[in-house]
Amino acid sequence: MSTTEMPSAPDFELERSAMRHLADAQMNVELDTGDMILNLGPQHPATHGTLRLVVRLDGERVIAADPVIGYMHRGYEKLTEFRTYPQITTLINRIDWLSSFANEVPFVHAAEQLMGIEAPARAQYIRTILTELSRIATFVLFLGEMGLQVGALTPAFYGFRDREHVLNLIEGATGGRFHPNFNRIGGLKDDLPWGWVSETRQVMQLVLDSCDQFEDLVVGNEIFLSRTRGIGIIPGDIGTAYGVSGSNLRASGVDWDLRRDGVPYLAYPDLDFKVWTHAAGDSFARYWVRLQETRESVRMVLQLLDGLPAGPVMAKVPRIIKVPEGEAWVETENPLGQMGYYIVSKGATGPFRVKIRSASFSNVSILPWLLRGVYVPDVVTILASLYFILGDIDR
Amino acid sequence: MPEAAPPTAEAPAPETAEAPAPETAEAPAPETAEARPDPVHLDLLDRIERALPGAVIEHGTACGELVIRVTNPSWGPLAGVARSDLECDYLSFVSAIDWAPTPRDGGDDAGGDTSAPVQPTEMTFGVAGSAGRFQVFARVQSTARGWGATFKVDVDETNPLVASWVGVYPGADWHERETWEMFGVRFDGHPNLRQLYLPAGFEGHPLRKDFPLLARVVKPWPGLVDVEAMPEEAAAVTAGGDGAGDGAGDGAGGGE
Repeated sequence: MSTTEMPSAPDFELERSAMRHLADAQMNVELDTGDMILNLGPQHPATHGTLRLVVRLDGERVIAADPVIGYMHRGYEKLTEFRTYPQITTLINRIDWLSSFANEVPFVHAAEQLMGIEAPARAQYIRTILTELSRIATFVLFLGEMGLQVGALTPAFYGFRDREHVLNLIEGATGGRFHPNFNRIGGLKDDLPWGWVSETRQVMQLVLDSCDQFEDLVVGNEIFLSRTRGIGIIPGDIGTAYGVSGSNLRASGVDWDLRRDGVPYLAYPDLDFKVWTHAAGDSFARYWVRLQETRESVRMVLQLLDGLPAGPVMAKVPRIIKVPEGEAWVETENPLGQMGYYIVSKGATGPFRVKIRSASFSNVSILPWLLRGVYVPDVVTILASLYFILGDIDR
Repeated sequence: MPEAAPPTAEAPAPETAEAPAPETAEAPAPETAEARPDPVHLDLLDRIERALPGAVIEHGTACGELVIRVTNPSWGPLAGVARSDLECDYLSFVSAIDWAPTPRDGGDDAGGDTSAPVQPTEMTFGVAGSAGRFQVFARVQSTARGWGATFKVDVDETNPLVASWVGVYPGADWHERETWEMFGVRFDGHPNLRQLYLPAGFEGHPLRKDFPLLARVVKPWPGLVDVEAMPEEAAAVTAGGDGAGDGAGDGAGGGE
C-alpha cells in the first residue's frame, strides 16, 4: 500500500480509511454484523423428524436456541376423549413409534388398576419381554445412528440390521413390526408362537455380539470421543428440574430407574438387573449408558425366557369394557424415559381425560438451556445423543 | 378370542400370580392404601403442613398415588416447598383438567358427538375434589427417595390464573405453555406464554370440553361396533336364516 501514489493529502486520508474498512470486512475483524438466525429444520437431516430449531448464532457459536415443535401434533389427548379404551391403544402406539409396545403398557396397566383386574403372570412376563425387546430395538438403532452424526457411516447400517432382527421377533409375536397393538386390558391378544422362545435366544446372542462391535467401532474411535466427550453436559440437578428422564438422566449420574425405583410393575421385581449410570453427563455418557443398558436388557430377556410361567395370557374381562369412576397415574421406564398416563374415568366406556406424559417432550425442553454456547456442529451430536422421537414430543 | 379358556391353566398359575406385585420397597399395595393411610403420604402431608400451613384443602389417592389439592395462592410457594421440603427434584408434568361435561347439543340425533363414549351430563369431580370447572394439576417426584405426589389447584373459570412454577422447575416452561394454549389457563410469572404446538394466533383452547372435535361433527364415527350384540347372540340370530358357517365366521371376526 505504501507504493501506491496518492494524488493529494485529503483524498489520501479518505481512501486509506476506506481501504482499511474493506480489509476489515475481508478479515472479518471488528465487523458490526449482528447475530445470524439459522433455521435447522423442520426438514433437516440432523433433526430426526420435524423438529425445527431456530438458533441465533454469533459466528459458529449458538447464543440462543428455540425449538419449535408441533409440526406433528395430532392431539391425542383430545382424541382419547372420543374413543373407547380398546380403541385408544391403537392411538398411543403412534406416540413413540420406535417402541410402540412399551407405550401401550402404562395405559393398559392404568385401566387395569381402575378396573381391579390383574393380568395373569404369563402375560406380565411376555409384556416385560416385549417391552425389553422394544428397548433393544430402539437403542440398537441409536447406537448406530449416533455414529452417523459424527461422520461414521458404517455403524448406522449395523444398527438398522440388528434392529431388524429384533423387529422380526416383535412381528413374530404380535403381528406388527412397528405398531403391535398387542396389549389388551387384562392381558394380551395371544400367546407366543411356537419356536419364538428359542429364536429369541439366538437373536439375543446376535445383539450381544453387535454391542461388542459397536463398542469397538464407535466407543473406541478417537474422532467419536473428541466429538462427544465434554459436549452437551447436563448436570443431574438441572436435568431433574427440566424433567429429563431415562438414560439421559442416568448419564448425568442420577441413579433413578422406574423399573427398580418406581411402583413395581410387570415382572421387573422378579429380575436381577443393574442400573447403569455415568457421572459425566455429556454426549458420550449418554451413548455409553445406552450401550450398557442394551446389554442389560438382553440379560433381562434371557432371565424372563428362563422363568416364563405357564398359564393363560388373558384375565377374565367383561365384553364391553367400562372403567369405574376414579383416577390413576401409571408411569413406566420406557426406552426414551419416563412415560406416564394420568387417566380420569367417569365410569364410561372411554376416559374423561387422559394426560399423556411423554419422555421426549421434557427431554427436548432442556435444549434452550443446553445449546447455549455450543458450536453448530455440536448441536447435531447433542440432538442425536438426547435421542428423541418427534411423535413422543408432539403427541 | 380374549375370553377363550386357556388350555394350560394348571399348577403354576396360583404361585406365580403373586409374583408381579411383591412388597419389595416402601411402595404400598393399593388395598392397604385404601384401608389405612400410607406412612409416606402422611409424612409428605405433614411436611407440607409445616411449610405452608393451611395450604392443603383435601387429599386422596389415585390407585395408591398421593393426590393433594391446595389453595390457589399457595400454588406458587408450593413449588419451592416441593423441591426443598418434599425433596421432589423431578418435575413430571403440569397440565389441567376441564371438569365440564361433554356438551351434547340437541342430543344424539343432532349429529353432534354421537360417537363419543357416553359421559355423565352433570359436572362431577375426581380425587380430592374441585371447586369449579378448571383445575391445574402437576406431578413432582423424588429421584433419591422414590416418592412422588400429584398436586391439584382450582382456578377461576372466568379468570383462569395461577402462579407459574418456571422459577423453581424450569421444565415447567413448556408444560405451562401447553396448558395455556390447550385450556386457556394463564400462568402468572411465566416469562414467555405463547403457543407451543398450535400456530400463533390460533383461536380457542382445544382441550376444553366445549371445543368440538370437528371431525366428529362433520361425520359420525363408524366405529360403534362395540355396542353391538354379543357375538354368540349375533351368531344365534344369523344361524337361523344364513348358513351356519357364515354366522360362526362373523362371530369369530367380531371377537378380535
